[in-house]
Amino acid sequence: MAGEKTAKGEVWTLAEVREGKLHSVSYELLAWGRTLADGLGVPLASVVLSGSESPPPESLFERGADRVYLTAAPELKNGLSDACAGVLSDMAEEYKPQILIASATTWGRSTMSILYAKRGCGLTADCTGLSIKDGALLQTRPAIGGNVMADIMTPDRRPQMCTVRPKSKGPLPPDSSRKGEVVRYSPRKSALASALTYLGFAPEARVGLPIQDAEVVVSGGKGMKGAKNFALLDELARLLGGSVGASRSAVDLGWAPHSSQVGLSGKSVTPRLYIACGISGAVQHLAGMSGADSVIAINTDPEAPIFGVADFGVVGSVLEILPRLIEDMKKGESR
Amino acid sequence: MGKVERIAVLIKQVPATENVRIDPETGVMIREGLAVEVNPLDLHAIEEAVRFKEKFPDARVTAVTMGPPAAAKAVRYAVAMGCDEGVVVTDRAFAGSDTLATSRVLAEALRKLGSEGGKGFDLILAGERATDGETGQVGPSVGTLLGVPVLTYVSKLEVRDGGFEAERAVEGGHERVSAPMPALAVVIKEINVPRLCTLSGKLRGRKAEVRTLSFADLGLPRESVGLAGSPTKVVKVGYPQVTRKGRKVSAFEDFGGALGALEKFLRAGDFVPAGRSQGVNG
Repeated sequence: MAGEKTAKGEVWTLAEVREGKLHSVSYELLAWGRTLADGLGVPLASVVLSGSESPPPESLFERGADRVYLTAAPELKNGLSDACAGVLSDMAEEYKPQILIASATTWGRSTMSILYAKRGCGLTADCTGLSIKDGALLQTRPAIGGNVMADIMTPDRRPQMCTVRPKSKGPLPPDSSRKGEVVRYSPRKSALASALTYLGFAPEARVGLPIQDAEVVVSGGKGMKGAKNFALLDELARLLGGSVGASRSAVDLGWAPHSSQVGLSGKSVTPRLYIACGISGAVQHLAGMSGADSVIAINTDPEAPIFGVADFGVVGSVLEILPRLIEDMKKGESR
Repeated sequence: MGKVERIAVLIKQVPATENVRIDPETGVMIREGLAVEVNPLDLHAIEEAVRFKEKFPDARVTAVTMGPPAAAKAVRYAVAMGCDEGVVVTDRAFAGSDTLATSRVLAEALRKLGSEGGKGFDLILAGERATDGETGQVGPSVGTLLGVPVLTYVSKLEVRDGGFEAERAVEGGHERVSAPMPALAVVIKEINVPRLCTLSGKLRGRKAEVRTLSFADLGLPRESVGLAGSPTKVVKVGYPQVTRKGRKVSAFEDFGGALGALEKFLRAGDFVPAGRSQGVNG
């Protein structure tokens, strides 16, 4: 019967293809997958669903995959989630992986949410920790705004499925001596059929990468005092090679777009550095950024909760500090 | 064909997160008096449903929630915002349901409610995710179990050529897709600004007769719901400390010193790209 336990299945990671290229989350997943596959003593495979024979799979071997399942079909070009889930469901039925992990991106979440319902499997969202316990997958995820960490297991159904938060683990360093096997999978026409029709894509004009992908996030809150002061954040983000985020209040006031909102009703970000400018640090905001490696907070109120999660805090006015910081950094740039 | 006549909105009652404080000793969220509210992201789904009703005055909007009997309060709020009726799917048998078991219950409830009207739902709306569980999985899996097209991360939704045309907010921009009717759309915050309830709306909500559906009403196999029907099991719950012991300087007391220390922190963490590492105090 579909979805039942098999003794020795592979560990699978779902590679993510954007505009014909492998996105870096595909390599992060392999770093997670490698630990799990080694813990179980089974091969690690990456599944690539693509509109054409590209991208080449070599980089996936270099980053830890033993095998790559390459499913190329024009119907998969735009990554419509129901078609991707249909193909994955057939592949899972045929090859019986014991674990399937994907990245918690919009595509990863959508595809996995359709797939698990199709197969009657378990799915654990947005994990920040994965390990093997008693031969099975132990999934750790935050809930209730990061105030609770839950350990979740899927005792009976296979594959054990989860999405992991982007950037919760760095990719393995590339090893060009690693080689692997490419398995070409020919999907059924009926599995490729999507109920949706792709009409187009409009890229968003903004400074830097989407905040979920950025190494540095410079965020502004009510303390920025107005939309025009967000130009300071744009400038600082440009100098640091980062992207601009915002608190819920700033978004609700129309100072920043929804796509930049960090927090419980916005995005969860995990950059190397998070700079909170004029953000007091409501529980909902902290939920979206406390996973950052380093946190700098600038706020006029010395009692603001944001200082409780900051590695470095400046009690002061962002509107006085940021112009000077930017000026100093520009001096450094021109030197 | 192409007219939206019946709409269902899936909502969830969650602990109110406004004014929530964390116990500094234990790191546990203090839920003052366990106040509950409609999941804030579901308000956007309710709002979208009510806007469709304004466009298609014959449309009938049903708000559906699964939860304890007290979750009737959530559907009353949906009625207060403009939904026509509310249904609470509640039974001890559903306790401990994970997202798949919950989806089975909600899908079956929608199937039943849909068949009673002669014609099923043309549109099912759901919020992006709940602020307590934060999985975002129930909406898409309800649609999948019902066999209808699933649109996720919807930031704009319109009826066009007898189906739906949607804008989806994905990394780096907006994607446009279309889907035939019926469909399930998971909407995000960007799609609209939820209205405030009017006084007459509140009265309507309070007086509304909230229908209850139980396990027996749905006829699902016992082993498909609740703990038994949940493939995932929570084996442990911990309360992490998110507090960091950081350094704090005051720009009010010593502006130059604070700025210098900030620049030093940035340099020490290797956050400043090469060639930009010279600050005033560097």
